[in-house]
Amino acid sequence: MLDRRFVKYFDWGLLGLTLLLGIVGLATLYSAVTSAAPSPQKTLYFKQLIWYCTGMAVMVISFLVNYKLIERWGYIIYLLCIVLLVYVLIYGKYVGGARRWIVLGPLSIQPSELVKIAIIISLAKYYSKAADTRGLTLRELFSPLILTAIPFILIVKQPDLGTAMLLVLIAGFMTVFVKIERRSLLFLLFSGALLVPLVWFLLKGYQKRRILTFFNPDSDPLGAGYHIIQSKIAIGSGIIFGKGYLKGTQNALSFLPEQHTDFIFSVLAEEWGFTGSAVLLFLFLMLIIYGLNVAYRCRDPFGIILSGGITAMIFWQIFINIGMAMGLMPVVGVPLPFISYGGSSIITMMICIGLLMNVSMRRFMME
Amino acid sequence: MSEYLKTADADWYKRRIIKVMFCAVGAFFILFIRLFYLQVIQGEELKRLSENNFIRLQSTDASRGLIFDRNGNLLVDNRPAFDLSIILKDAKPVERTIEKLSHYINVPPTEFMGKISPKKGISFYKPILLKQDIGRDALAAVEVRKFDLPGIIVDVKPRRHYLFEQSTAHLIGYLSEINSDELKSEKYSEYQSGDFIGKFGVEKAFEPFLRGKSGGRQVEVNVTGQIVKILKTVAAHPGQNVYLTIDHTLQNKAEALLKGVAGAVVAMDPETGHILVMANSPSFDQNAFVDGMSHEQWNALVSNPFRPMENKAVQGEYPPASTYKMVTAIAGLEDKIIDKTTIFKCPGHYKYGNRVYRCWKRGGHGNVDILKALAESCDVFFYQVGQKLGIDRLAWYAKAFGLGTPTGINLDHEASGLVPTSTWKRRRTGIAWQGGETLSVAIGQGYNLVTPLQMLVLTSAVANGGLRYKPLIMKSIETADGKTILKSKSQISGKLPASKQTLEIIKRGLWEVVNTQKGTGRIAYIEGVDVSGKTGTAQVVGRKDNNVQPESEISDHLKAHAWFVSYAPSIDPKIAVAVIIEHGEHGSSAAAPIAKEIIKTYLIKDPSSRMSKAN
Repeated sequence: MLDRRFVKYFDWGLLGLTLLLGIVGLATLYSAVTSAAPSPQKTLYFKQLIWYCTGMAVMVISFLVNYKLIERWGYIIYLLCIVLLVYVLIYGKYVGGARRWIVLGPLSIQPSELVKIAIIISLAKYYSKAADTRGLTLRELFSPLILTAIPFILIVKQPDLGTAMLLVLIAGFMTVFVKIERRSLLFLLFSGALLVPLVWFLLKGYQKRRILTFFNPDSDPLGAGYHIIQSKIAIGSGIIFGKGYLKGTQNALSFLPEQHTDFIFSVLAEEWGFTGSAVLLFLFLMLIIYGLNVAYRCRDPFGIILSGGITAMIFWQIFINIGMAMGLMPVVGVPLPFISYGGSSIITMMICIGLLMNVSMRRFMME
Repeated sequence: MSEYLKTADADWYKRRIIKVMFCAVGAFFILFIRLFYLQVIQGEELKRLSENNFIRLQSTDASRGLIFDRNGNLLVDNRPAFDLSIILKDAKPVERTIEKLSHYINVPPTEFMGKISPKKGISFYKPILLKQDIGRDALAAVEVRKFDLPGIIVDVKPRRHYLFEQSTAHLIGYLSEINSDELKSEKYSEYQSGDFIGKFGVEKAFEPFLRGKSGGRQVEVNVTGQIVKILKTVAAHPGQNVYLTIDHTLQNKAEALLKGVAGAVVAMDPETGHILVMANSPSFDQNAFVDGMSHEQWNALVSNPFRPMENKAVQGEYPPASTYKMVTAIAGLEDKIIDKTTIFKCPGHYKYGNRVYRCWKRGGHGNVDILKALAESCDVFFYQVGQKLGIDRLAWYAKAFGLGTPTGINLDHEASGLVPTSTWKRRRTGIAWQGGETLSVAIGQGYNLVTPLQMLVLTSAVANGGLRYKPLIMKSIETADGKTILKSKSQISGKLPASKQTLEIIKRGLWEVVNTQKGTGRIAYIEGVDVSGKTGTAQVVGRKDNNVQPESEISDHLKAHAWFVSYAPSIDPKIAVAVIIEHGEHGSSAAAPIAKEIIKTYLIKDPSSRMSKAN
């Protein structure tokens, strides 16, 4: 089966872009974990390196398996991920106020990351059958609503507001992408507008406070608000050319919270300045356009919606993470693709790239 | 090939993808503009802020809730303590500043350097704690030379203060710094290292109420670390005040009476379950836990043979001795083994199998009915009742009286005691139950174990007509500005399996213990108040059988524990008291006088109690 067409139609550009982002990510992570003077966490860097290697292997697998097969197994994959989510709620490791990790010896995995892919696959499978140019009716929207609501509730319970919100954004994008009937859309918007105050009324005081802080970090000047100020100072102080690699002072003096995960963009922006940050933004934009191009050239609905959904997920994570670091977005723990530390995040991203390559290449094979 | 899209559909998707692409480019443009704004337009200003990191966080601790007794007497409050910290960034040169500081307040510089060096890298800008709770003199010395000591800051922090040293220590408990295991647990997820938490007693049980919520400020400082501008403030919310059910006057009295002996006094209101007194001796100094204690102090506490850290009223397990005869008597009456008129002859001993079981009174009690048996604590009477009941029937009653299970008081480490049964013994030792052991159990010796609190709840239930109340230690909780947010409600945890008539007989017997010439608790008699009670002398293991040594020759640690459980007034009781004196030898002489004083103190100020008469 491994014929010449694999080499000929392989998406080399996508691979090149991925490797480039991986290198930028590892370099930035190295600075984030070593410059923080007191206790260099070099092990994190090596762990990430190992995750990248594992990710490569996973990428190859998700690219070799025909995506038609993935479509057929879509709901099974979804169910497995839901089981993991339930498991993590009961037996997961409790770290920093939430239960998000399943610990397997030296590894800890975050099922909520994998769920993002599962929901993209299962929604793509559903919409590729249900959708046509008329747009979805309310009745057709019922199943996707349930498919999204189950993992959403399980993730909110952990609690992981950021990932839960991400699920809604991904599912929302995919639904609007395949088009909703105008009447249904109006109905949804209207009932949503009614529901919000009702839910707000039902929430308890501390839950309301949490949501307010989420949207308005200034209301928590000792926590989120302070982090945003420090992040903005870090980014801004990079000016045009930055302070130089491994020379960021905000980073080195541990003023940045979660500098190797949530605020890693600030580390890069401080050390590389506007020039470096703009290059990273450009690389990310290229990746998004590449992903959309895969969808554009694909000719079967599942492939189109799958690659569209994956690209949307990558986009939202970039937009939310960088937006948050610059004080444009709520403060949520959403990892920056390829850059933030985190095994589950890297593996998820590599699966995404593998799937995009998969769709990209097989369009030729179908002819 | 129906899977593939018709050209029209494919075009439709393509148009949508193009729209999406425009949106994505638009979104990236927003990010790009923001980046440009931060780095190019605001860049210089933000760089200035980053160079000295002028924006700092300061936290303000919440003042912990106060603890009062039931009448509003303050027992625990907070005093201001002055903590000395250094910010390395501002204290340049660090060595010279430390040298000067140690000179002014007379502390060797090495002590300070030892605190600084492990943190040097981490917190260049964050305060490093040098010394907690410096005295007023040191404070004055530092404040006067403030400008000579750059980067040295003094924080005023509220510190727990127990007003009455050693008093009510076991009930109130103490605070101490959170340890690493606690930090990792879900329960303390909002705590940080260095926080003080309740570790024992009420301080621990009511931690969520007492704690309050800390606040803080975002401030801008200048190059020497002085605050130029307060940017944002979050107020600290003080914790809530807890009112205990304890009566401080009565508690003081109990502690004074316990001075010099090891033991415990617990008292409660038999109609509500409110604990009025929980006194333990020896006690410990709670302030030492907050202020930090030396190794010697700690070792002295844990190696003391009289276990000062133990709340004996709740954690101590003792054989109930003759106080248990209440249980045997009720069981006998309820199972119709005896009635009010049943008479057993007591010649001073009882033969069972080939062994002789003695009565505590060598000469015997003669003809004994149930009232006399209780009043004079005749062992032979209860040997026979117990033998006829059998161990498992007796155990059933004991369990129904709440023995063998914790009472459910809101304190950690409550002991459950032990109610022996035949299955328990077989499982535990592999040996079958011996009939003779039932006789020992029937008079409260043998394997039986109870806590003073369990006996108190049981006695209260007899006093109030059969209701076992859950003991309560919290009366109410108020916010710092005096709004009541929680009032405790009495809870019944069970009913005694005893008819009204049975209880009347028992109560009459308990009244006779104190109010008749030959009653064993005669010493607790109070002129004008009807007191009922039961004495007990719990033999210590090792001296149980046929020991004929005269008492004066027995060494202290083998002497029996003295019990007295009581309530008053006999009708419509207002207070129940349980007293245990370790190695006090006789319930009548060591424990009963203490209960008497407690009852007297509590009831004599309350004129309504003087009117009641015995039935």
